[in-house]
Amino acid sequence: MLYRETGQFKTTYAADMAIFPIRQDRIALYALLAFAFIAVPLLAHFNIGMFGREYLFKGILIPFLILALATIGLNILTGYCGQISLGAGAFMAIGAYAAYNISLRVPGMPLIPAILLGGLVSAMVGILFGIPSLRIKGLYLAVATLAAQFFFDWLFIRVKWFTNYTPSGSISSPELRIGGYLFQSPIEKYLLALSFVTVFALLAKNLVRGNLGRQWMAIRDMDIAAEIMGIRPLYAKLSAFAVSSFFIGVAGALWAFVHLGSWEPLAFSIDKSNQLLFMVIIGGLGSILGSFLGAAFLLILPIVLDQVPQALGMKVSVETVSHLVFVITGALICYLLIKEPHGFAKLWSLGKEKLRLWPYPH
Amino acid sequence: MASVIGSFLEVLIGGLLSGVLYSLVALGFVLIYKASGVFNFAQGAMVLLAGLALVRSLDWMVNKGFPGWAAVILALVFAGAIMAITAFLIERYVLGPLLNQDGLTLFMSTIGAAFMIEGLGQMIFGSDVYPLKLYPNDAWILLESIFPGGILINQLDVWGGLIAGILVAVLAAFFQYTKTGRALRAVADDHAAAQSVGIPISWIWFVVWLVAGLVALVAATVWGTKLGVQFSIVFLALKALPVLIIGGFTSVPGAIIGGLIVGSGEKLAEVYLGPAVGGGIEYWFAYVVALAVLMVRPQGLFGERIIERI
Repeated sequence: MLYRETGQFKTTYAADMAIFPIRQDRIALYALLAFAFIAVPLLAHFNIGMFGREYLFKGILIPFLILALATIGLNILTGYCGQISLGAGAFMAIGAYAAYNISLRVPGMPLIPAILLGGLVSAMVGILFGIPSLRIKGLYLAVATLAAQFFFDWLFIRVKWFTNYTPSGSISSPELRIGGYLFQSPIEKYLLALSFVTVFALLAKNLVRGNLGRQWMAIRDMDIAAEIMGIRPLYAKLSAFAVSSFFIGVAGALWAFVHLGSWEPLAFSIDKSNQLLFMVIIGGLGSILGSFLGAAFLLILPIVLDQVPQALGMKVSVETVSHLVFVITGALICYLLIKEPHGFAKLWSLGKEKLRLWPYPH
Repeated sequence: MASVIGSFLEVLIGGLLSGVLYSLVALGFVLIYKASGVFNFAQGAMVLLAGLALVRSLDWMVNKGFPGWAAVILALVFAGAIMAITAFLIERYVLGPLLNQDGLTLFMSTIGAAFMIEGLGQMIFGSDVYPLKLYPNDAWILLESIFPGGILINQLDVWGGLIAGILVAVLAAFFQYTKTGRALRAVADDHAAAQSVGIPISWIWFVVWLVAGLVALVAATVWGTKLGVQFSIVFLALKALPVLIIGGFTSVPGAIIGGLIVGSGEKLAEVYLGPAVGGGIEYWFAYVVALAVLMVRPQGLFGERIIERI
């Protein structure tokens, strides 16, 4: 009744090609964007409910947005183009260190170009590490991408130039100044991250439904068949690596500049790569929305699990809780994989199908 | 000159022997991949669990006043039993329901299983560093008459090499000459065909995971003596991956030879190239070697040829 596209006739080509062809989807998206851009800062400003707490922004919303961006990046490579990567953390690191060095060494470099250039550097390295994908497939490729992870972990620890010769290897981001405006408070930083994520998510949504995205999906579904049909694997695979690494690199720069503030190489270890891959799988391979859902789920789950024993008044040591978080996360991942191997995105689309027929399902 | 050759030999032999220890972990991967096509990320966690079960029960029994040899045997039996339970639970509750899913999903589910094993293992057995002393850990000095200073070799590494050799022989015999071994090979060849001639798949998978668990236990005895049983043992699994792809996912001898290549290569690179680039290249050298090998042979040195059809 509420969610039905009957009667929405498309009278122009533009309407036919819209990213969100169904009116209800558009309305929901505008409402969500309005809530995120206007309502959340207002609620926070006037200290209403949980929005008054700084932790919500620093601990949940900002990392969620940035990780969602990185997950979209990895989803382009793994979900749309079918190339498994265990090295996403390394590309976040490349984005972060490149953006840092560019803004440090180029005098007067504005913030946004620095972040985007960080993404570009990451994209170039991504192409380089994507070359083996032309010969290696599947799990062999996954292991090969680990080479990127370990090599760059080592590079940023050992080669002091990247960390500007700080003795501890820990570096701080430049101040977040755009135009003359300084982004300082959590709300301002949240808005900065949100703007980036909105633009990039729309970009990704647009890319994957176009020519390039269809080439990626053809390669994913069966690369030999795609090649015979005239899709160039070289171009399709390397472009997927480039776009994916660009997204992940930008996310890495944001993670370092906006979320962490000061960081050391360990911030982008193999754990980050695993976490991102989990987010992709749990959210749903080949879905932009799924990337958001997966990122939200895996970010919030440990935070909630941390609070549960306290809320129940149980006395357990910090160590036990951290082990318990491990166990429950692992169990939930297995459970979700068994119950819905296609992730939250599939659940979402099933729900939409149900809603279409509601309230007369026969 | 003699001292240069001596130190080269020392590095080479040390590298080869430590490579064998990587092979011990890689073997578990190969077994499971061969029999079920599952890329088992939990192998490192299984080594940790086996090690924890072994060292904690051993400590407990020694405190209770058991004689040393009995305590060791009982602890090994106990740890073996724990691995059997783990194998049963994983087969029953994780992989069984995921039958016929694609490789990526199965791979992710083993990461989930790894999380559970790590968390539960440390909750039950504790999460400190537990020293384990099963093998002598002294150094031998060989050939002192030929090279000044001789060649320094760690006895533990020699034991590890010996054990790996025995293990491979036993596994080869098991695969070749027992009924279960034949069934395992049949399942590895073709699930559906094996099932249609009456081979119980879930039993076979349980056996495979049990064997991988026991291999993990053997690896845990060696690595536990070397490093102490501690959480960082799970990262061994990551070290075993390049070994695995150099040798090929499906080859038991490949795992051994891959281990030798990685072990000697990274030690030699560390000693002779390391100083030029700032040291610590052990950390990634194996992966780059693996990448280079894959560029030439995409299925690894000894892997079965990948044939693709439309």
